[in-house]
Amino acid sequence: MLSQQLVNGVLLGATYALFALGFTLMFGVLRVINLTYGFYFSAGAFIALFATRQWGFSIWLALPLAAIGSGLIAVLLDWLLLTRLRAKGAPELASLMVTLGAVLALYSAMTLLFGPDIRRLPPDVIGADALVFAGIRVTQAQFLVVGTTAVLVLALVALMRGTRLGVGIRAMAERPDAAELMGIDTARLAALVSFLSGFLAGAGGVLIGLNFNAIQPYMGEQMMLRGFVVIIVGGLGDLRGALIAGLLLGVIEVLTAGYLDSGLKEAVAFAILVAVLWTRPSGLFGQAVLRRA
Amino acid sequence: MTLLSTAGLTRKFAGLVAVDGVDMAVEVGSVHAVIGPNGAGKTTLFNLISGLVEPTSGSIDFNGNDISRLPVHARAGLGMARSFQNIRIFSAMTVLENVLTGLHSTITAGVGAIVLRLPGFHRAEKTAVERARMALELVGLSSKSELLAGALPYGDQRRLEIARAMAAHPRLLLLDEPAAGMNPAETSSLAALVRRIRDAGTTVLLVEHDMGFVMDISDAVTVLNFGRRIFHGPPGAIRQEPAVIEAYLGKKMAARLAARKDGQKAIAP
Repeated sequence: MLSQQLVNGVLLGATYALFALGFTLMFGVLRVINLTYGFYFSAGAFIALFATRQWGFSIWLALPLAAIGSGLIAVLLDWLLLTRLRAKGAPELASLMVTLGAVLALYSAMTLLFGPDIRRLPPDVIGADALVFAGIRVTQAQFLVVGTTAVLVLALVALMRGTRLGVGIRAMAERPDAAELMGIDTARLAALVSFLSGFLAGAGGVLIGLNFNAIQPYMGEQMMLRGFVVIIVGGLGDLRGALIAGLLLGVIEVLTAGYLDSGLKEAVAFAILVAVLWTRPSGLFGQAVLRRA
Repeated sequence: MTLLSTAGLTRKFAGLVAVDGVDMAVEVGSVHAVIGPNGAGKTTLFNLISGLVEPTSGSIDFNGNDISRLPVHARAGLGMARSFQNIRIFSAMTVLENVLTGLHSTITAGVGAIVLRLPGFHRAEKTAVERARMALELVGLSSKSELLAGALPYGDQRRLEIARAMAAHPRLLLLDEPAAGMNPAETSSLAALVRRIRDAGTTVLLVEHDMGFVMDISDAVTVLNFGRRIFHGPPGAIRQEPAVIEAYLGKKMAARLAARKDGQKAIAP
């Protein structure tokens, strides 16, 4: 029983981690709390929903398509909403308010278009057989969650470590002005970082939609609450921290639901957030920086 | 041959004219110094050339291109690099990674090739690391390439900034007060480094307060005062220029000095 709960928790946590990685990357490099981030999660799930239900795509095609689509939406929204503010050096509160307004408008528009019903991806997009190992059941869909998360995390780490592009992104995170003088086109890198974070959020949205009855326009909004918990506990801009904190949150939520009460899941998550902020204001792993990637 | 020239370059800040119609020409292969009293507009001139500040009027020509309105990173792409008066290294990255940022504009691989680490990307990345190591060797930091840049002592951080700027073999290196805060031994090894950089084919334009250092290494000097150019020529000629002496010592002192000189001449046979 406990081991099954732990496995389920890790699977849920992997999705949280994927979502939070993009969020913390965006914040760490672009230094802006972009509240439209949750929308990319919804967008990814809906793109996959259409690709599978309307066009009959397989999940292997729908997942990358949804991730790329969400990445492009992220680039577009960042450009549309934040370029002007960045050029003017507007205070952080301005971008917070602009993205808050924009994301609420986007969710409403989406509800108008698709209705508020909760949907899920057609169950037959992926095989139903489960692997049973020592009494623990893992479905193919759950394998896909872990596999996708692992591949994307490794790819992100490969990019950030030791490649000039990754070094450039980290340079921009630390000192955008000096990076620009080194010949780094920071506007282009900002677009790339937006794409990568939208890609991660969109992939997360598909994976959640695959495992739960969860696809509805405001799904990103609910995810954002967890995203905040994870990136703050993990340390803002800390990729490794987001990964670990995401997994932890998934496990804690599943255990709370299993042994206490499923209504307490969120209460426990936020109690942890408050406790971490009280004791370690810059996150569990100390100095929070993407630079350390 | 001229590498960099400015014509009527002017920058106003809310009523203050920081740089006022400056004409300057930097010759290829030279070490060119810009000096002047505090507030003379040296740093603004540097910021105009590297693109951190836009000119109010006038133009900047670099290697035959008008760069007056070009974004900062594009100027770096044309072969211009700079260091700062207050050090701006990436302190949370290693020394080698810092130098690699200077080679960012030489990336040719796409993001996909980089994430997948295709063979062509590997080769390019290896070449970049080799070039970064050569730049570290130039400034004498080879043995510290894996240390965190923030942990280096002050003098080494200055050298690291120069290595980072030199990694892409720029045509022009801008040094903003490179000798600031250095002791005499560090200053003389810096002078040797600047000479090595010039001899390797990079033109050097620097702003500096240390007059001994300037006289020692410069092939040409431009003197600014209140944003205006008051002298332009070889370092040896500065001492004879009344406008420069006046700018540094004030009118009264300059006059007294001139009088004494005349007096000496009168006494001499």
